[in-house]
Amino acid sequence: MTLFARPVRLTQWQLLSTKITVHVLLTGYLALLFYAGVTDNLGADPVKALIHTSGISSLKILFITLLVSPLASLLPCGDVIKLRRMLGIYAFVYALSHFLAYIAFELQFEWSQVVSEIIARPYITVGFAALIILTLLTLTSPTVIRRKMGRRWQTLHNFIFVAGFLIIVHYWWSLKGIDFTALTYAAIGLVLLLLRKNKLRRLIR
Amino acid sequence: MVKRFKPSVRLTENDVTDEAIYQDRRRYLKAMGFVGASSLLAGKANAIDWFSDDDESSFKGKPLDFSVNENYRISETKTPYEKVTTYNNFFEFGTGKEDPAEYADEFNTEPWTLTVDGMVEKPFTLDHAQLLNKFELEERIYRLRCVEAWSMVIPWIGFELSALLKEAAPLSSAKYVALQTIERPEQMRGQRSRFVGGGIDYPYVEGLRLDEAMHPLALMTVGLYGKTLPPQNGAPIRLAVPWKYGFKSIKSIVRITLTDKMPPTTWNRLAPQEYGFYANVNPQVDHPRWSQASERRITRGGLFSQERIATQLFNGYSEVASLYKNMDLTRFF
Repeated sequence: MTLFARPVRLTQWQLLSTKITVHVLLTGYLALLFYAGVTDNLGADPVKALIHTSGISSLKILFITLLVSPLASLLPCGDVIKLRRMLGIYAFVYALSHFLAYIAFELQFEWSQVVSEIIARPYITVGFAALIILTLLTLTSPTVIRRKMGRRWQTLHNFIFVAGFLIIVHYWWSLKGIDFTALTYAAIGLVLLLLRKNKLRRLIR
Repeated sequence: MVKRFKPSVRLTENDVTDEAIYQDRRRYLKAMGFVGASSLLAGKANAIDWFSDDDESSFKGKPLDFSVNENYRISETKTPYEKVTTYNNFFEFGTGKEDPAEYADEFNTEPWTLTVDGMVEKPFTLDHAQLLNKFELEERIYRLRCVEAWSMVIPWIGFELSALLKEAAPLSSAKYVALQTIERPEQMRGQRSRFVGGGIDYPYVEGLRLDEAMHPLALMTVGLYGKTLPPQNGAPIRLAVPWKYGFKSIKSIVRITLTDKMPPTTWNRLAPQEYGFYANVNPQVDHPRWSQASERRITRGGLFSQERIATQLFNGYSEVASLYKNMDLTRFF
């Protein structure tokens, strides 16, 4: 294929239009999700559908984020790495929507219950911990902060794997019985880790 | 609990969501990927199906002949028919709430027999037609409280379980009633694969103490909203024990056996620390993973018209309290 005969560089315009497309798709999907919920078009239980879909979507976006750097080294187009930060931030935005939907529509702003549930229910504690990690990663994502942090930035951002692991545990723990979908997500997470076995080896040493 | 008289609830055209609107909504939901997510991974349906509507239920309930029991009538807003029939826990068809409505089409309730046996003088077997016409049918509006902290209000049609049991003349040695769901893996995808069926050992089994089973509230149910049960709601016959969490109300029953030992029950076997034999609705006893103090009532309306209400002991059916006198409900949950 001549297209991939040599490394492909994205032009400024191509990169920008790709980013805009991602923004439109991910913001649009989230907005549609809320809109469908408000207008009672989200199935029998719009609250559960909204919480579930935003949470699962956050995990899916996190997976795509983690796929970016292996892709950047495999594909003859390293520029895809430039999409990684925005994807990571969207994983956070969806996770935050998931949490806010839970507080607003499931617990209906019963703050005492919000606190007691986070503390007393292990699967919620685990999910909350993942949200805190994603929040820290998002807050430290601007280039200025990244430069200031130097090497510590990479150490902090390796915690995305911890967040991914916690999210899968959180999902698994919230279910009754064994679920095929949950198994699939765990398997995908494992594959994404295996893609980085060299990095993991270095970290362990 | 006798409530104030209200006229019959035979639905008028106005109460029923227009079929076309409903189909439209389903298509829209599918296209957005909100429903049937697990089906993408599990064979039958695939991405192409997002744009066809072959999952629409071909089920048309048959109208039933019944009277309205004014003693079991509550004035709370009923959960609309399309929600009662598309939001189900029936792991025989998959673990997703939408799975039963989507996959119960492959389920055929013909032929059907229900056998009552065990410690009885006169064991007997009923066929499908007898289930519908041997006993006087009546409509009762019951609250249904799921162990997952949501609830519905449903007009069921059926007859008292006690009537069925009396027909068999239980021996005095009988102390418990064991109930069993049909096992038909060729028609129930969850029974074919452990992953689809939530890791449950089928057939699904449930049980009651004999005095619980004889309580007039325990209803053998053959219909809802005036018509025969859709398969996803447990056709052709299921139990409704409204003071207990929903999983006690076993669906698609083929066998009822009287015994002198406490029978095994499916969820208790799977997670004994989370689901007890009694499973009485109790706001004081939390599920280990979530609070049971309140519940979300599923009725009509979007995100901003959600109702979170306090859960009541025995789901508000205080007349059953005498069954549990001197029992520690925290221990026997």
